Amino acid sequence: MHETALIILACAAATYLTRVGGHLVLSRLGEINYRARAALSSVPTAVLTALVAPYVVTNGSAEAVAILVAGLAALRTSLMVSVAAGLAVLVALRALLF
Amino acid sequence: MSEISRLSDLRDGVKDAAPVLVAVAPFSAVFGAVAIEQGLSFQEMLLACLTIYAVASQYVMVELLGQNLPAWSVVLSVFAINFRHVLYSASIGRSMARFSAAQKAAAFFLLVDPQYAASEARAARSGLRPAYYFAYAACVYVTWIATASLGGLFGSLIENVERYGVDFILPIYFTGLVVGFHTRPGFLPVLVISAGVSLAAYFSLGTPWHITLGGLAGLVLAAVLARPENEGVEGGEKLNA
Repeated sequence: MHETALIILACAAATYLTRVGGHLVLSRLGEINYRARAALSSVPTAVLTALVAPYVVTNGSAEAVAILVAGLAALRTSLMVSVAAGLAVLVALRALLF
Repeated sequence: MSEISRLSDLRDGVKDAAPVLVAVAPFSAVFGAVAIEQGLSFQEMLLACLTIYAVASQYVMVELLGQNLPAWSVVLSVFAINFRHVLYSASIGRSMARFSAAQKAAAFFLLVDPQYAASEARAARSGLRPAYYFAYAACVYVTWIATASLGGLFGSLIENVERYGVDFILPIYFTGLVVGFHTRPGFLPVLVISAGVSLAAYFSLGTPWHITLGGLAGLVLAAVLARPENEGVEGGEKLNA
């Protein structure tokens, strides 16, 4: 039991290292060039897309359509409305398809 | 900074966190239940939630703890799954000029996926201030601990949540946030390459590598496509200079 708690705390330390590490490394570098800046500006698009991609193809068509609808809605409306639209489509399609 | 803008920061933080809470609650309740089922004590489960605060890696940790693997391999797996946070931290750290050192130290502890995504959106729109960041973070963290505890205590009572679409709120939410960045240079090529590499990694190497590899592929492409500074190349990024 004691050992389990220690492993949990080590996992917590490893996780905190990942969350603070990127900033610590970057702030030591000082001024960065335009390519590095462009890469950092793409972090939200790149990482969040990588996170979501498997959800789109490993579930049913209801889930894929819901993601698509939310994405298209977000081009035009607020985030809140897009999430609601995607969710409404998902619940409706799941009810119809099962 | 004025009282009024602090108040509106706090209010916006709570408002933006609200849909995420609906998604976080079942996730963490199920984690609480699964952890107890896998042999963790209630205190150990709570310790993990309070100190690690990264649900995907906690699932893997609980799973590996049950297999009697050496401690270092458990810690290394958690580190690998959470590696994407290095990129979050490097990126959002640039928008934390208004944070004190202590606020930064606390803010990075709380840097979960939705927190990162919402903070980037906030930074691009009106600048990121501590009041917004910590209001959002407090909502998610408190909900996470409270529902994980409930899941740990009453896990056997949890019903099938899929019917209401709750299991899919987070991917939908992330999709909406990603599209919100569509005016940034290279948006579409980065989206396509990250999705493609993510899927290739997902089906070959398996999770969690798809997140880091797909993300890195997008960053490399963005760096390759980048053109030397003429102002405006950075898109929305200049707003919070």
